[in-house]
Amino acid sequence: MTPRASRRDRILSRIVQLAFVGGVLALWYLATARWGVSHLLLPNPVRVWDQLKDVLASGEFVPDLRITLTELAVAFAISSISGVTLGYLLSRSQFLIRVFEPLLAGIYSIPIILFLPLYVLFFGLGPASKIALGATISFFPVVLATVAGFGYVERIYVVAARSMGASGFQLFRWVLLPAALPVILTGLRMGFIVALLSILGSETIASLAGLGHRIVHLAEAMETARMFAYIAFAVAIAALLNFVVTLIEARGRR
Amino acid sequence: MASQDVAVRIRDVSHQFGEEGQAHYVRALADTSLDVARGELLCLIGPSGCGKSTLLNVIGGLMTPTAGTVHVGGTPVRGPLPREIAFVFQENALFPWSTVSENVVLGMMFQGVPRAERAERARNALAAVGLADFADHYPGQLSGGMRQRAALARALSLQTGILLMDEPFGALDEQTRMILGEDLSVLLSRTEKTIVFVTHSLGEAVFLADRVAVFSARPGTIKEVISVDEPHPRNPEFVTSEKFHALRNRLYTLLHDEIRKTVSAERGRDNAAAGEGAR
Repeated sequence: MTPRASRRDRILSRIVQLAFVGGVLALWYLATARWGVSHLLLPNPVRVWDQLKDVLASGEFVPDLRITLTELAVAFAISSISGVTLGYLLSRSQFLIRVFEPLLAGIYSIPIILFLPLYVLFFGLGPASKIALGATISFFPVVLATVAGFGYVERIYVVAARSMGASGFQLFRWVLLPAALPVILTGLRMGFIVALLSILGSETIASLAGLGHRIVHLAEAMETARMFAYIAFAVAIAALLNFVVTLIEARGRR
Repeated sequence: MASQDVAVRIRDVSHQFGEEGQAHYVRALADTSLDVARGELLCLIGPSGCGKSTLLNVIGGLMTPTAGTVHVGGTPVRGPLPREIAFVFQENALFPWSTVSENVVLGMMFQGVPRAERAERARNALAAVGLADFADHYPGQLSGGMRQRAALARALSLQTGILLMDEPFGALDEQTRMILGEDLSVLLSRTEKTIVFVTHSLGEAVFLADRVAVFSARPGTIKEVISVDEPHPRNPEFVTSEKFHALRNRLYTLLHDEIRKTVSAERGRDNAAAGEGAR
């Protein structure tokens, strides 16, 4: 494809994407304004927009956002540090990889959010249970990616480094780490995303505060328009965080 | 050969993978003895699986043989000897996450070259192989031939007395291989290096080597050593000379029977496997 043709293709696909979003919004508007869908079930988009402006202007969202982000930061710090450390240690032995990789992958496939009631019993309704759940769920993609990154470095790189006299630390710093880094970064990004999703999710199920809590609270108060505004806000935050970690990952890969 | 003229002394080296009776048990090398003279280029040639790469790894201390000893400069080899021996592997041994010059510098860092010397030596080594303009490229941006030049530069920058090359041009096409061989011959004629070069190619062996050691089929051992009496650097005309053809034909005759043996052994194994599969 010529550069010009591929550029035209890109612009065209953007137009179609925008048209799709615009179409959904138009349907949403028509459903509420013309076709008589109940405002309690589906609020008018214009009202949602007004509510969103009010939420942002009043700064009402700040305490909830702070709680959710703190939970996320602590959970991700726990899971990334423990996941990378444990993953590295496991990857040092082919035997340990053989034993634990399928085991961890198996546990990863369990929907751990089902254990939320247990987490609440252990850690209470406050942020501690969200942190514990988020850390547990995001631990698995991190540890699995770390094992995959360090455990399957091409042998020839290690042999070549050893033949040139690399010490243990040099081998780690200049061969194993750069070889494993792209895979580990992908695992960290996935861990971050699942931590965010599980924390927001568990806040909607059983919590005292946080964005998820606020959304459920508004739903129960039948303030659907404001609830939609908060959902839009949470989606924007999630998209922003996703964008940032993807950027960091891309930089790390270089 | 007087002992001070011997760079590498190989005595009764045997190597096997796995234990007898295991599925992956292979006797790769059997009672191999050989002296590599200081400053010579010795080619190892033989049917695939005859243990020539194994022998190279044993010389370089990357593998401990099941039996026998290797001495380099009079001392027994017990592990890698980065100050005495540099390797050029078949392919893809450059670190893909580092540029060409970073690759060369890393090698020197591993070997323990003082930081101040590294950049200069890397430049010289890259210039010697004709890659001065590609120092900042990543290996993935280079052709296979250029990658092998870079790998050679990394090995040369280490300034070792011995260079072990494991089919360094094995993955390249015939033309690239020919040019690299000619350049290598010129390059090496300027150094005093001792080189052991594993190859599949009869022409490459005759063109480059001072001596060619021909291996028997597995378990490999040296069947005959042939001298190529021709000064370095070798001209391209050497390839068309009567002498070249006579030597190449001699190698062909020596190898042909061994390759036949290897092939029929493999076919026997395949048939046995097929038979098991049918049951």
